[in-house]
Order: sequence, then C-alpha cells, then structure tokens
Amino acid sequence: MWMFGGATTAWPRSGGTVWSMALDIATSEPATTTPDPSGKPRRRLRVPLGWIVPVAVLVLWWAAYHAQWVNPVLFSSPWEVTRTLWAAILDGSFGTNLVASLTRWLLGFGIGAVLGLLFGALTGLSRTAERLLDPTFQMLRTIPIMGLVPLFIVWFGLGELPKVLLIAIAAYFLVYIQMYAGIRNIDRKLIEVGRMYELSTAQMLRRIIIPAAMPSILQGIRLGLGVAWLALVIAELTGANVGIGFWMQQGREFVRVDIVLAALIVFAAIGKIVDSLVRLLESRLLSWRDNVEREMGA
Amino acid sequence: MSLRLELKDVSRVFRSRSADVVALDGVSFAVDPGEFVAIIGPSGCGKSTVLRNIAGLDTQFEGSVAVGGVPVTKPSATCGMVFQEHRLLPWLTVRQNILFGFTGTRAEAAARGEELLGLMRLEAFADAYPHHLSGGMAQRASIARALAPRPDVLLLDEPFGALDAFTRIEMQDVLQQVWRHYNTTAVLVTHDIDEAIVLAERVVVMAPRPGRVQHIQDVAMPFPRNRASEQFARHRTELLRQFHLVH
Repeated sequence: MWMFGGATTAWPRSGGTVWSMALDIATSEPATTTPDPSGKPRRRLRVPLGWIVPVAVLVLWWAAYHAQWVNPVLFSSPWEVTRTLWAAILDGSFGTNLVASLTRWLLGFGIGAVLGLLFGALTGLSRTAERLLDPTFQMLRTIPIMGLVPLFIVWFGLGELPKVLLIAIAAYFLVYIQMYAGIRNIDRKLIEVGRMYELSTAQMLRRIIIPAAMPSILQGIRLGLGVAWLALVIAELTGANVGIGFWMQQGREFVRVDIVLAALIVFAAIGKIVDSLVRLLESRLLSWRDNVEREMGA
Repeated sequence: MSLRLELKDVSRVFRSRSADVVALDGVSFAVDPGEFVAIIGPSGCGKSTVLRNIAGLDTQFEGSVAVGGVPVTKPSATCGMVFQEHRLLPWLTVRQNILFGFTGTRAEAAARGEELLGLMRLEAFADAYPHHLSGGMAQRASIARALAPRPDVLLLDEPFGALDAFTRIEMQDVLQQVWRHYNTTAVLVTHDIDEAIVLAERVVVMAPRPGRVQHIQDVAMPFPRNRASEQFARHRTELLRQFHLVH
C-alpha cells in the first residue's frame, strides 16, 4: 500500500490521479502564497516612505526659520538645536540626564508590567478573581495620569518614588488589559485539544494559553512602554533635578527654545527606537503569524 | 492495543434558564475492539454529544460510558480525537503539532514524527506552519496528531465536513488505510451516508428530538469498498429509508 511502501508505490485504486493531483497542489500551493515556507522575509529594496514626512518637516522648519516666518526668539533653527544637543552630549550632562530618564522609565515600566501580567493572568484565568478585581481596575483605569501628580507630590514629595510610581501605574493598566483580553480571547477549541492530552494546569499555561495569548501580551508591552514614556515626561516636568524632562524644564525657564526642541526630539527618537525594538521582538516571537503582514509590506 | 467501548442508557439534558433540551435519551450501543463504527443522523440528533461523552469532554450525562471497561469521567489520552476543524496550534510547525500529545524520548518522538509524516504524506511540510496548509493537509496533520500517542480509540467528529468533495473522498481512503494499519477502535460521527458506508463495519443511525438510536446496520462488505457497486447502493438505499428519504 502506498502509505507503507516507498514513495514510488502506486495508489491502490482509482484514486491515483486524485492523489498525484493533490500532491501537485500540495507542493505548488504554498509556493504561491509565500516564497519560503520556513518564513524568512524576502530581501527587497524599498523606498523608505516613512522618512518622507519627517524630512519634509525638517526642511519646512529650516525654511520657516531662515525666511523669518517665525519669531526667532520663540523659535530655533535645526542647526542651533543640533549644536545644543551636541554640546550637551560633549559636556556629559546629556548622558547623565538620559541615564536618569531611562532608569526611571524602565524601572517604572518593569514594576507596572510585572504586576499587569500577574493580575491580568489572574483575572483572565479565574472568573472569581475577575468579578472581585476587574471592576475596580476598570474604574481606576479611567483616572487621567495627570490627575495623580498633585496627589503624589503631596504624599511622596519630589523624589524618585512618585515618578516611578506614576510610570508604573500608566504601564500597568495597558499590560493588564492586554493580558486579560489575550487569555479571554483564546479559542476554547484549542483548550479542548489540551484537555484531550490530559495536560496539567501548568502545561496548559505553558503549551497553549501563553502562546495563544502572546500576540495580545506583546501588544500590551508595546503600548505599555509607550504610555510609560509619556508618563515619564509628565513626571519629570513636575519637579525633577535630573532627566531629559528636567533638561527641557530648564530650557523653558531660561527661554531656550533650542533646548526644549532638542529634548522633544530626543523623546521622539527614543520612543521610536524602543517601539521598533519591540516590533522586532514581536516578529521574532510571532514568526508563525508572519506572512500576511509581510506580503502587504512588500 | 484497541479497546471495547460501551454506552449504556446514556441520557443528556442541556439545561438553560428558558428550557431544558433533551439531547440524548437512553442511548446504548457497543463498539468491539478494533471495530469501525459510524454514527449518522440529521443535525440535532445528538451524535456529536455522544462522541464528546466518549471523549470525556462532556461528562454531564446520566447512564454509563466505558472505554475498555473503565467508566469515563474526564478526557483521557487513551482516546485520540479529530475535530471538524483541524484545531492545529498555529504557533507550532506541522511536526510539532503532530507530536503535541506524544510522550517519549527525543529519539522516539523523532521516529514517530517521521512515521506519521510519511503515512500522511506531509514530509514536505514538516516544518511549515498550519496556515500554509490546505484544508485536506491540515486535517491529515490533525489525524496524525490524534494517532501519535497510539490511542486505543480513535474518535472523529465530522472530520471531513468542511472539505470539498474530491478531498473528502481522498481523506476517506487515507483514514481507512490508517485504521487498518493501526487496527484501532474507531468511532466516526458524520452526516454523509456514503462516508459511513465506505468506512464503517456498522452504522448507528440516530434520530432527533430527543436524540436516540433508531437503527444499527451491519455493512458486510470487504475493504476497500467500491462506491459504485450494487452492494454499496443497497446499503445506501437501506440507510436512506431510515431517514424516510426513499419509499
């Protein structure tokens, strides 16, 4: 019989042609949907469309400054901003501020994300935990982060604690919601597959629930990092003595628009870099989900 | 090893706030070790519920279901289940999916993987992800996954219902060869009369409202069965008569 003999053995009955037809389809079909079933992206030269708008803005800014469409006291040229940033890098103050900001951000995000993953898993997996905790979280979630600043200053003063806490809270809710939704949206049918193989709770988590929720979890991490970054700026603008936000605050006090703009550019650049890193991580961890997006990008 | 399967007076009521629905009412039949039984019936006759009872996925029934003499109280790896949708895990490759429920050493897993990939003609797609597969290939991988731990009973819940007619015929032949190769006890739920006659040694006909066994028909024909033979047609007529579709 074909399936127990070699590949050359004939199909037993009239099905021979159907089978070879199916094999033909089998070998050619994925080739038409994706060039490489192993999931490696195609290398192809692309116009960097994403750069067009930023470059245009830069040119417009430069032109506006030099044609004096804007008040030079309240505005600064791209060249001046670059010089200011370069000087700050050389005298070391930029490095100190950057390290302080990144530390706060990652510490705050880390605390928020870990708690978000834990509580999200808890309410996602247990109906009782959901009924007990989720309404509270949904209520707290709607409080604007800015609204917490005065309270935290009164409670914790101007040290590191209120800043890290603010960032942690901002990150927490996004990670929490994505974790919770990720678990809740898992197809019950896949859980049944796990049940058929008598998986323990731990195995079910590791082999089915976490991988199935992974797209949502990573989305939460990406959004959480972003909102933590925003919270960092808010925290640093309200009384800090080191950090990119502090530097920006200094620029405002001395009416140094170049410093304010330089700090803003740094915020944008780091935000974008981190977002790209997380996207890279996403595409690595979710390579199984690949080609739809990839083919649109190509 | 294949096991005997026995259902005795199985009833299942789905209770909801508005009404109670009797899905099964006193269903009894047995499947001998190594026998292939098909359950057919119109939608709503409870045939899938019977299978879920045997699988242990639904245990809220009255009466008794026993696999190899042991009452079913929860899902067990002695039963391999193939669902209507392939239910492959999208983040695992075909090979990893096939070996999902396999427990053994690395070498044993490699050997079992090769064996099933070969059996199902999936070698070329061993490292592809499920979304690269056609419907028929995905269902072959799903059958391979069910067979990987060498289950004593193979349960199939309308496994080819979503496939086109050509692929379905091809898959029926694949399934029949696999069943003869492993000699496992098999229960197939289907709404396709021809599929039941091609594959089963006995066909259990169920009737709806409430779900019950209406008739059990022996299909005494040698394998592989010729879909165009007179004998085949007689069995088809007999089964159609059960559904009052011929007079």
